[in-house]
Amino acid sequence: MARGMPIRAGTVGLVIYLILLMLPIYWMLNMSLRTNADILSTFSLVPTSLTLDNYLKIFTDPSWYSGYINSILYVSMNMVISVAVALPAAYAFSRYRFLGDKHLFFWLLTNRMAPAAVFALPFFQLYSSVGLIDTHIAVALAHCLFNVPLAVWILEGFMSGVPRELDEMAAIDGHGFPKFFFFMFLPLIRTGIGVTAFFCFMFSWVELLMARTLTTTEAKPIAAVMTRTVSATGLDWGLLAAAGILTIVPGALVIYFVRNYIAKGFALGRV
Amino acid sequence: MAVVLEQVSRVVGRESHLAQVSLELAPGSLTVLLGPTLAGKTSLLRVLAGLDRPTMGRLLVDGRDVTGVPVQRRSVAMVYQQFINYPNLTVFENIASPLRAQRVAGPELERRVREAAALLKLEPMLARLPQELSGGQQQRTAIARAIVKGADLLLLDEPLANLDYKLREELRTELPRLFAESGATLVYATTEPTEALLLGGSCATLTEGRVTQFGPTVEVYRRPNSVETAQIFSDPPINLVPVDKVGAALLLPDGGRVPLADGVAGLRDGPYRLGVRPNHLALVRPNQCAVAIIGTVAVAELTGSESFIHLDYGPARWVVHAAGIHKPTLDEPVAVWLDPARLYLFAPDGALAGAGAAIGLGAA
Repeated sequence: MARGMPIRAGTVGLVIYLILLMLPIYWMLNMSLRTNADILSTFSLVPTSLTLDNYLKIFTDPSWYSGYINSILYVSMNMVISVAVALPAAYAFSRYRFLGDKHLFFWLLTNRMAPAAVFALPFFQLYSSVGLIDTHIAVALAHCLFNVPLAVWILEGFMSGVPRELDEMAAIDGHGFPKFFFFMFLPLIRTGIGVTAFFCFMFSWVELLMARTLTTTEAKPIAAVMTRTVSATGLDWGLLAAAGILTIVPGALVIYFVRNYIAKGFALGRV
Repeated sequence: MAVVLEQVSRVVGRESHLAQVSLELAPGSLTVLLGPTLAGKTSLLRVLAGLDRPTMGRLLVDGRDVTGVPVQRRSVAMVYQQFINYPNLTVFENIASPLRAQRVAGPELERRVREAAALLKLEPMLARLPQELSGGQQQRTAIARAIVKGADLLLLDEPLANLDYKLREELRTELPRLFAESGATLVYATTEPTEALLLGGSCATLTEGRVTQFGPTVEVYRRPNSVETAQIFSDPPINLVPVDKVGAALLLPDGGRVPLADGVAGLRDGPYRLGVRPNHLALVRPNQCAVAIIGTVAVAELTGSESFIHLDYGPARWVVHAAGIHKPTLDEPVAVWLDPARLYLFAPDGALAGAGAAIGLGAA
């Protein structure tokens, strides 16, 4: 160790915190690389007999990998719908004054306070009667329930950061509204759109109750597939851990790419 | 183009922003809107631009009613007090924006943008983004964009207010020349009487959404038609005191007498308000007719070459604007000299009743 570099108490605390934080994830990674027999027989911090069988099974068995495809499909649909619907709404809240605008804006947020379970049954009944059960769009639409208010809330913050005079300036310059909105205004808040899309992704990706209630086989999400690994022979620990690791990966990747923007979103006080 | 405002009012909620404003702007003229903050200058400009619709009244351009015509279809350009530029576009693209909307392209666009940039000394900055420029350069970009459009009506909303002193002086001398070349009808809003006088043209004084006087700027300054106009068009504020006119003299509240001559002496006896511009008061006796006003020194502001002495005179606070450095003792009485030839008399209802001989009007 270099001389004159005392180990501060803060550093020690940070290391302990990080170990505690990473331990469950490490443990899952550890399990995913071992066989069931190995997991159940010996306690070991490092895997003794490495195997990729668990991952191979997920990537080759359609009942497993289709779960990922389904999840990605409805999450992407939800992201697109939420952002597309929220953009005009956020613009209106940011630029216009109308009767009850502040109440309506707050009411949007309260939508997030209701537990999803409250809506699960009405959604199931409604979708059954119109034949939407077990489709990707069904889950995507259901997730709009909590993602659209969130998207409006975040986007409004970013839009209000752009001075209203800019809108007028564009009008005075002679640009029509559609041109201004799509080619001049949206590029200005692309950070906000990125942050919004990320949060839509995150909430839709981890949501289980709606996704499971509204699907049976064709659009079954990966989280639902994972809960069905219990069989007569017991739990398939290794397979479950491998699926868990693969569920974390997309989220981690997305976070990595938008990490700087998220910080900006926090600075704006809307995330 | 000729712009006519007919009885334009604008009410937002319960607040009246503009009250029955009627103005006629001749083609190619320069009109200065002078008034304190919240006087309605910006409201008036926004109505002229077409950004806001008047609640009542009409806006005529060359005799045609354009009250409901959208902004995009009007030949108007505007410069805001805040430096408004497209932050994600370069200076070149910022200036080119109105031309792109008019579908000007290729060498023609290039030429006109460079021409406007040269006029505002922005040529070396064309490739930069607005936030990489100083405040003055950002405002120059906004002005270049307004000029390049070639609009018939050019609106400037306190364009120099957010600039520091040096830049303001510099741009202020350039602006009239730039605008004279454009040939557009100009409307320039400002809070500073000095700026209005430097720009010349016509002047409309505003307060609380009303136009109190409209006429050639120098005329409005020399002959304000009311106390309100005199207050708006005087910096520091005009000194006022209630007086009684008896025969050929004014009785001051402290018992002093101001002898009157010529035209003003013939006014009807009774109560008036006496107004004196701070620069018309003197610390040394200017002539035999001058009357001493004794006040108590409250504040003395000294700049490099001139002094502003604030004194308590009765219940009022008066200001003397004198050349040179004067350093009176605070809280001590001081005599300032009032020249009867340089005073304004306002009737109790606020209208101008008469003015001293040196102001050159006699009785109004």
